[in-house]
Amino acid sequence: MENILVILPVILSFSILAVPSRLRYYCTLFISLFIVILTSIPALEVIFSKGCTPQIFYLVTLLGSLHLTVDGLSAFFILVTNFTVLTGLLYSKGYLVSYRSLKSPAQLSLHNFSYTWLHLSMLGVLMLRDGIPFLIAWELMAVSSFMLILFDAEKRATLKTAVNYLIQMHIGLVFLVIAFLLCAADTGRMSFDALTVYFSHHSNTGLFTLFFAGFAIKAGFIPFHTWLPEAHPAAPSHVSGVMSGVMIKMGIYGIVRVLTNVQSDLVTIGLIVLSVSAVSGVLGVLMAIVQHDLKKLLAYHSIENIGIIGIGIGLGAIGLGIHNPMLVMLGFTGGLLHVLNHSLFKSLLFFSAGSVYQSCQTRNLEELGGLVKKMPVTAGLFLTGSIAICGLPPLNGFISEILIYIGLFTGLSAGSVYQSVYMLLAIISLVLIGGLAIYCFTKAFGVIFLGSPRSASHTAVAEAGKGMLAPQLVISGVILMIGFFPLIFLQPLAGIISMQFQLSVVPGWSSITESLSMIGSMGFLLTGISLLLFYIRYRVLKTRIVREGPTWGCGYTAATSRMQYTGTSYADAVSGLAEPILKTKTQVSLIGEEEIFPGEGSFSTHTEDVFRLGLNRLIDFLMLVLKKLARLQTGNIQHYILYAFIFMILIFVLLYLKIL
Amino acid sequence: MIALFLAIVTALFFPGIIIRVKSIVSGRKGPGIFQPWKNIFVLLRKGSVFSRTTSFVFQMAPVIYLATLICAILLLPFPGMPSWFGFPADFILLAYLLALGKFFFIIGALDTGSSFEGMGANREALYSMLAEPAFFILFGTLAMLTGHLSMQSVFEHFHLSGYNSVVSGMIAVYVLIQIAMIENSRMPVDDPKTHLELTMIHEVMVLDNSGFDLALIQIGTNLKFALYGNLIANILIPLNLAIPYRIVLFFGIQAVFAASIGMMESFRARKKMMKNPQFIVTLSSIALVGFILSLLMMYQLIR
Repeated sequence: MENILVILPVILSFSILAVPSRLRYYCTLFISLFIVILTSIPALEVIFSKGCTPQIFYLVTLLGSLHLTVDGLSAFFILVTNFTVLTGLLYSKGYLVSYRSLKSPAQLSLHNFSYTWLHLSMLGVLMLRDGIPFLIAWELMAVSSFMLILFDAEKRATLKTAVNYLIQMHIGLVFLVIAFLLCAADTGRMSFDALTVYFSHHSNTGLFTLFFAGFAIKAGFIPFHTWLPEAHPAAPSHVSGVMSGVMIKMGIYGIVRVLTNVQSDLVTIGLIVLSVSAVSGVLGVLMAIVQHDLKKLLAYHSIENIGIIGIGIGLGAIGLGIHNPMLVMLGFTGGLLHVLNHSLFKSLLFFSAGSVYQSCQTRNLEELGGLVKKMPVTAGLFLTGSIAICGLPPLNGFISEILIYIGLFTGLSAGSVYQSVYMLLAIISLVLIGGLAIYCFTKAFGVIFLGSPRSASHTAVAEAGKGMLAPQLVISGVILMIGFFPLIFLQPLAGIISMQFQLSVVPGWSSITESLSMIGSMGFLLTGISLLLFYIRYRVLKTRIVREGPTWGCGYTAATSRMQYTGTSYADAVSGLAEPILKTKTQVSLIGEEEIFPGEGSFSTHTEDVFRLGLNRLIDFLMLVLKKLARLQTGNIQHYILYAFIFMILIFVLLYLKIL
Repeated sequence: MIALFLAIVTALFFPGIIIRVKSIVSGRKGPGIFQPWKNIFVLLRKGSVFSRTTSFVFQMAPVIYLATLICAILLLPFPGMPSWFGFPADFILLAYLLALGKFFFIIGALDTGSSFEGMGANREALYSMLAEPAFFILFGTLAMLTGHLSMQSVFEHFHLSGYNSVVSGMIAVYVLIQIAMIENSRMPVDDPKTHLELTMIHEVMVLDNSGFDLALIQIGTNLKFALYGNLIANILIPLNLAIPYRIVLFFGIQAVFAASIGMMESFRARKKMMKNPQFIVTLSSIALVGFILSLLMMYQLIR
């Protein structure tokens, strides 16, 4: 029975390619719902069972039996994945309408098919524990997301981005394969469970670093992130939401999964994760600030949030190393709750950015403005997402960040001098991330939605359709729920963590739950006071003379929308301060002083990702070397025979000299 | 609850004391001590003009700004007494509530589409981002010294830690005063009395607010001063005094704080806009010095 249930969605998914185009969406939706129900039930059972007992499903295949294991950690990620994939699919119905005339039915079918397979492969990654099946699922995930990015492949840039993405994913795969092979060479088995055996009698740092590098490319930690800010904007918005919301979290899942098996050197490992994450967080948000492309800005924020998640995980690993269960709990619950939170607000932001793109046909911040009047609901949704992503109370981002904060502050006074110092450094980076995120999202929200339109071209902008707004409203509902009732989500998560890391009782945990419930009630208090003030304001303004007028121009009466603060000018202060890292280039063509009828002047800035520049330099170097090597390839058969001859002589000589 | 009451009383006198001191020092007759509040009551009675460019965000901003400040004040303890709403890690919530208020304040300014207000919003976002680390390093130091996380127990144990607390206390008070100056847009970062929009921060952001909304913002600003004053008082007031004396001392400290702001503003020039980031980051480094000092004391690295 289980066999059939598991194989059924795989077989059914091919029907997407066969059904007529008017049924395509419903067919995809049906299959997705089927998969969601099928996987969510065991996931929920595991989470709400006593002690998070794992469930194992055996699948008999031609090549032998396959184990699908759902334990607490997988269950959590399965639920996050299912929610985001489903909301993304619901959103895609409205989003893809405008593509119907542009794309052939075959292309659309392939798109939906890849979407379903991305979902299936992610679930596979989460449930498979054996090395080879895991790697196959990992690879399928890369390929199906590659197909999804390729959706707009008529654009040359998209094609290039997609190929770049595929190559980088395979570099990541190489790291993982090597890591698994090292484990297999030693223990004879290639699986996550065998890692425990490997780690128990080897140095832990080396193999963990290999795994970390492999997973970090997927997760987008700096300096492995260069694919991410290109790939997210290139994909259609619902795909960007799913990729940023859940797919990059598979890297996080992998890191946590390996961490559950690590036996020693945990403090070193924790420090590695912590420092890489802190750098990713701060640099990610700095680079986000200077972007002009809305989706690129959001993509850099994914790097920032991966950094925050990583700080939590690093903290948890250090806690494991110094046997402090409190730090373990706070670090991992904070990190994993942020995984859920980020999947919510980031998909919300990507979806509303998609709505903006669809009605204005541009993602360039400098051409947008004043959309709040035309698209009030989308503006409200984007605002909700912005507040949540900045980690401000009373929304969900604050809950996960404060857990990490409490962990870091607890860590300050619970160890050695060095520990206090790096905990403080982590706190400073988290604070900077928070401040810069506020800077970035006041810019994004302000420039896109507020003020007056910066370009006259989109006067016929309309609010997104109900079908596109509904899934976003659902997501905002969950965001509010986590913010106001954090304990509903924290308690099961705490159960999962204590099961995964075998923590029986955490002293002082009750004070954390108390804090969080207080934060929840503070959310209500804040809402209450605000509503009360609104009511008083409403009553007072009713009795006063309220007039409308132009914005006060400080004495100047002919202000135009071009005089508004732009995204670039808003970002200028930070890009000036962070000049060495950001390397913003400006191009100015001034109006000549002598001219009587001056032409138009122009000003443009462009910020290139320094890591990408470094990567390009490396690739250029490799190309140069390979080009030189290519001289050997002459095309003459005589030369090739000569090479073989030289090779044989070389072996002979080496053997003679007993070097080989 | 007593903290809220005291904060309101402080907020009533605070701005008046500042302008009184400034007028006395500059040899003017000057307005009375309640003039700022008289102005607020005039504003509350006035009508409003809203810009056509603005939207619901502009209407929300002042209300949420004030609401976050009221909530933040509810978190504050009074020296030696449990706060009404305190819990472990409440100071993080305090900082983030203020940040939420600022977020709305900034987007409210951006909603007008005015280039001047955009400029002010930008500066506000930048300076508060730069000032934030100092606050967290400061509380990190205190949390490390005391091993506690809620403001009330941090301050309580801080006083019990003996002579060590004197040095850290001095640094803490200095840093808090400077943060209060930055956050409230006073000298040397911002000059509330400047007449040129190009050099303003706070004032330029409220150019389009009028009547009731402007009054809400001004009440909020006064409360913000009281909030920082309360934090300073918590560090300075010894716990072995009887409660009435503590309350008297509390007001004494607030009055001195207000007077010193007035004095500083009278004798100090505003910094160049370009130099402000440097000045604000210096504050974080001073806080860091305090942290390292505390580390040295805690682990007895030097004897």
